[in-house]
Amino acid sequence: MEIKKELNGTALTLFLSGRLDAVTAPDLDKVVQNDLTGITDLTLDFSELVYVASAGLRVLLLAQKRMKKQGSMKLTHVSEDVKDVLDMTGFIDFLTIEE
Amino acid sequence: MSEPRELLIEAKVENLPAVNEFVASLLEPLNCPVKVQLQLDLVVEEIFVNIASYAYGDSVGKALLRGRTYDNPQSLELSFIDEGIPYNPLQREAPDPDTPLLDRELGGWGIFLVKKNVDNISYEYKDGKNILTIRKNIIMQENEN
Repeated sequence: MEIKKELNGTALTLFLSGRLDAVTAPDLDKVVQNDLTGITDLTLDFSELVYVASAGLRVLLLAQKRMKKQGSMKLTHVSEDVKDVLDMTGFIDFLTIEE
Repeated sequence: MSEPRELLIEAKVENLPAVNEFVASLLEPLNCPVKVQLQLDLVVEEIFVNIASYAYGDSVGKALLRGRTYDNPQSLELSFIDEGIPYNPLQREAPDPDTPLLDRELGGWGIFLVKKNVDNISYEYKDGKNILTIRKNIIMQENEN
């Protein structure tokens, strides 16, 4: 998985590509732990993300909990297959998903 | 029914790509829809990562994958065999998808996703081995949950 970052003031967009699995989720976890200080708007662009497993859900949950305290978070361009996993687990109910 | 094929591999998370490759090679002759393949990847990942994370405590042990395909309906059967701590993941209490954000536990979603994405799953402990076997139909289902 690749993560590209785009910072615009206090708005951070992360472009994720590939697979958010147990091998790659720690990379996103590092960004969530280290790069969110002062961020009020976090966007995760999933255009190029083809797959998410529970290790990835765990990081999304941590990110969402953190952003709830300091601003907002949204996911964009989520594929049907990724949406299926968010839907099955009920994560879809508290994540903001935009087209 | 195909001849069973096996992969014996160290149960480490870093080996997940090799495990995915093994499963992809089993599916290759079947013309498996991408959606079903992704569901299987999810199932395989969650089971393998569980073994890698918990079966052998702090030490590293091995996992044996044994797979074969069936016709009518076309399906894949995969067994995950380890010699670690006896553990039946099917007995773990499932997390509730209606749990609100702040009360959500970080763990437990792996086996939940496994159960949602297979057609059959069974566990047995035999000769000092945990054996978890899944069966997944390869056909596209019209009304999937």
